[in-house]
Amino acid sequence: MAHFLKDKACVAGVGETRYTRGTDTTTLQDALEASSKALADAGLKPHDIDGIVSNAGLAPAPETLAANLGIRELKFAVGNTVGGGAGACAGLQIAALAIAAGLARNVLMPVGWHSYSGLRVRKMGSEVNLATVPGPIGATIADFYMPQGAFVPAHFYGWMATRYVQEYSIKPEAPAAVALAARRHAHLNPLAYMRGRPLTLEDYLNSRVVSYPFRLNDCCLETDGACAVVMTSAERGRDLRKPPVYISGCAEGHPYPDDDFGARSDLLRIGLSDAAPKAFEMAEVIPADLDFAEVYDCFTYVVMIELEALGVCGRGEAPDFVRDGRIELGGEFPILTHGGLLSEAHLAGAAHIVEAVRQLRGECGPRQVKDAEVGVVTGWGDFGDGSIAVLRR
Amino acid sequence: MATTTSKYERPLPARLGLAAEFYRYCKLHELRFQRCTDCGAWRHLPRPLCGECGSFNYEWAKSSGKGKVYSWITVVQPMVPAFNDAVPYTVPLVDMNEGVRMVAAIEGVAPEQMRLGMPVQVVFDDVTEEITLPRFRQAT
Repeated sequence: MAHFLKDKACVAGVGETRYTRGTDTTTLQDALEASSKALADAGLKPHDIDGIVSNAGLAPAPETLAANLGIRELKFAVGNTVGGGAGACAGLQIAALAIAAGLARNVLMPVGWHSYSGLRVRKMGSEVNLATVPGPIGATIADFYMPQGAFVPAHFYGWMATRYVQEYSIKPEAPAAVALAARRHAHLNPLAYMRGRPLTLEDYLNSRVVSYPFRLNDCCLETDGACAVVMTSAERGRDLRKPPVYISGCAEGHPYPDDDFGARSDLLRIGLSDAAPKAFEMAEVIPADLDFAEVYDCFTYVVMIELEALGVCGRGEAPDFVRDGRIELGGEFPILTHGGLLSEAHLAGAAHIVEAVRQLRGECGPRQVKDAEVGVVTGWGDFGDGSIAVLRR
Repeated sequence: MATTTSKYERPLPARLGLAAEFYRYCKLHELRFQRCTDCGAWRHLPRPLCGECGSFNYEWAKSSGKGKVYSWITVVQPMVPAFNDAVPYTVPLVDMNEGVRMVAAIEGVAPEQMRLGMPVQVVFDDVTEEITLPRFRQAT
């Protein structure tokens, strides 16, 4: 029997701002611009929105968005979806549930983030104090990681990556293949910040180590901008301006313990390890059915660990799997067709959803995956929270 | 990592909640972790209840201070100026003999010498009048 939530909700509209480094706008302005474009894409008006799901700390609060969009009847507001970069994709599940339950008809999900111009650890100087950062990981970092010199995701995920490198004797050519695939795809995406900025294997190998095992080109971009997704029911979606893209499967997963990397018996078992099988079962697909994957790519090594969690290859096999163009457009399993966080922009995973929707509508021009019917989006946040959505046209 | 500056300007633990207890023992140069007095399970980070049996009862039990490296990072580019004279420094995750895992920077080991399973021993670094931080050194 089919899962009750399978294909009950769909993405009806997507939109985004320009992606820049440096901006004169606020994240609210950007989120409103992206939201207006997503609404226009769907053929809806702001007054049609009665639900808002926004990502913790990365988007204006639902109340603020509703007030500024002129939404008179906000019936469903979630302002704290889980786990940083896992939040956008986890938001699809929350919105799908709300729509299927009749709590809301049309749900808006914007992410506006100035990760380049906004708050950054390196700007805090000696004033750095993450204890004031809300959320589950701030206290762990402030009390046990920062005093030892571990401040930022490049450090925390570095523990995971070093273990991965050491357990499987991974050579730098493997993460390089992820960075190069993302960059190659970015050249085909007019929105991508890194479009037209070449990256060769030699460039990658010569890029400086910022924190072992991460080279600069293993790390995602910091950019300014916003994007937004509008969701509705499958029935209403079929009558709107653009063809619906259905949420066929969705799930989230959390490693134990969720608020401390250190205590995990197996650092390479991530939230997605639990979430992926559930989402595939719900969607009634297997990884071999996927036409593409927009895998959350805060770091190249994280992409490989996620590919294993997705089950597209076995544990320890991703370093070989990603080689020889397999993950590039035209290859067997294209990923990050927009360039991802590595080469398009950092929208905390929301732009991965936008790209998946456009791929399934066939709107991607030179970077279009031919005859794409089903794709997957993953999210990754905080210390390895995972989220996944299987989308189909 | 070396702490050569006269005034210590690197981040100090916020000592929120039970973390303050952990650091009170560090000040005494004792590494202690919580141990459930009902089921005997060790735990770290400090938490109000036992994740194994749900008991609120615990003691601060003394650790051997010994463990083995599970993973590490070596920070090359400092994130804040206070670490400019510390880089490159290495921060391992260590499997302590008691079964918990702990984060602390390692002293006296070059990055290229780091190995999985390397035996280490905790040492204490009195970084200010009030605060003592645990660090690791390679054990023989």
